Amino acid sequence: MTTDTKYPIYLDYSATTPVDPRVVEKMIPWLTHQFGNPASRSHAYGWDAEAAVENARAEVAKLVNCDPKEIVWTSGATESDNLAIKGAAHFYKTKGKHLITVKTEHKAVLDPMRELEREGFEVTYLDPEPDGLVDLEKFKAALRPDTILVSIMFVNNEIGVIQPIAEIGEITRAKGIVFHVDAAQATGKVEIDLAKLKVDLMSFSAHKTYGPKGIGALYVRRKPRVRLEAQMHGGGHEKGLRSGTLPTHQIVGMGEAFRIARLEMATENERIRMLRDKLLAGVQDLEEVYVNGDLEHRVPHNLNVSFNFVEGESLIMAMKELAVSSGSACTSASLEPSYVLRALGRNDELAHSSIRFTIGRFTRPEDIDFAVKLIKERIGKLREMSPLWEMFKEGIDLNSVQWAAH
Amino acid sequence: MAYSEKVIDHYENPRNVGSFAKDEEGVATGMVGAPACGDVMKLQIKVNKDGVIEDARFKTYGCGSAIASSSLVTEWVKGKTVDEAGSIKNTQIAEELALPPVKIHCSILAEDAIKAALADYRKKYGTEEAAQPAQRQAAD
Repeated sequence: MTTDTKYPIYLDYSATTPVDPRVVEKMIPWLTHQFGNPASRSHAYGWDAEAAVENARAEVAKLVNCDPKEIVWTSGATESDNLAIKGAAHFYKTKGKHLITVKTEHKAVLDPMRELEREGFEVTYLDPEPDGLVDLEKFKAALRPDTILVSIMFVNNEIGVIQPIAEIGEITRAKGIVFHVDAAQATGKVEIDLAKLKVDLMSFSAHKTYGPKGIGALYVRRKPRVRLEAQMHGGGHEKGLRSGTLPTHQIVGMGEAFRIARLEMATENERIRMLRDKLLAGVQDLEEVYVNGDLEHRVPHNLNVSFNFVEGESLIMAMKELAVSSGSACTSASLEPSYVLRALGRNDELAHSSIRFTIGRFTRPEDIDFAVKLIKERIGKLREMSPLWEMFKEGIDLNSVQWAAH
Repeated sequence: MAYSEKVIDHYENPRNVGSFAKDEEGVATGMVGAPACGDVMKLQIKVNKDGVIEDARFKTYGCGSAIASSSLVTEWVKGKTVDEAGSIKNTQIAEELALPPVKIHCSILAEDAIKAALADYRKKYGTEEAAQPAQRQAAD
């Protein structure tokens, strides 16, 4: 994470995080001499591995204040989302066929929803407000007598806004609707108290919180009990909800990562918030910069901004010394603007010219200073080159220009 | 997106960025593209009394290939007569910059920008043969 290597400065902690060295240290013995299968009941190798798995389960439960028995290991948040959404919809399909989610959800929620639509379920995709948040009145209005499941993420991966999960939970619980929350981006960033939140299913990922990739968990509430149809069949692990040999080292890593998050999140988030605010103040020195998403109901480490009059792809080229995410995914011939920013009502140009900066445990103040200096210099250069910026400066309303579309 | 070295060179060190005053003698402007499509190119040429393009400037809103294509054509049109500049083809631009197929439209836009600047020149100053200051004013 230093500036003097060939690697750019890493400001993409919402994509993934490095595994904390303290976590790595805990994981390694479970790959070598303590390699047992936690399902082996006949010898010490198995017993030790099982104890480690249960200790990690307790650590995950402690971070979110639930019973360890409510934690099911999965391969990550995508699998947790699939198990929660398809599993609940399939189990409760005789009660109703209507599901509700939001247009700004992660694809790991939207795609299972699409699949369920193909199976005959009906899905309402709510529009968020321009600040990215779900409006509770609009949410209530979308509920139907046959609504069986609602899935709304805790923290948005692109713009970092925190949805009103507690309020939504009150509404769904009163109506007996299953409420799933994708919390992949929330652990270690916001307080999660499942004893208070009326959430029935919650997805977790290790690698967004300084744990290893390839491991996650699903919280499945016991009181009142939520039932799921398993999506993975086999040896009946995890009480039949998710078969497959448990990867002890990964699980130990997730447990340790979540333990560290619980102990350190208060101080860490304050440090990160200061760095984020420093970055925000820096980019706000520039004109025509727009913050995407509400700044108050937002995790401390996220900053998503659009730079007007700068084209998305050249912006990415200009930021090559920074490892950041762009709202513009130029995969092939067509430049697809971020569907999340489009759902907020941002026009194509602003959606294309957005950059997501996400700060983390190993970001240093000098990294932010470097980033601010670079952004100012590069945006300035691209704008000097931009005919749209020139016209804006001359006071021409770009919407009044007759463009020759090509 | 893997760019050729030439594209990266033009992107990092663009040639002839800027603007001429629109009312400057011999200056013509072509602007093509649309913000919603992700590319807008403005090409300006400065033509002398002999109908030769003495200087050129560009400003481009667009991807690296669009910036490189417009930077390249400012170099190419310089020293050419108006007629010669009109014969520059997008295929030459695409070949010079080794543009991938998905970026061919950038070279087409650059060719269109030359044509638009030349059309503006003819509209403002009449034909090249009539390119005398007094007649230019008459043609306005």
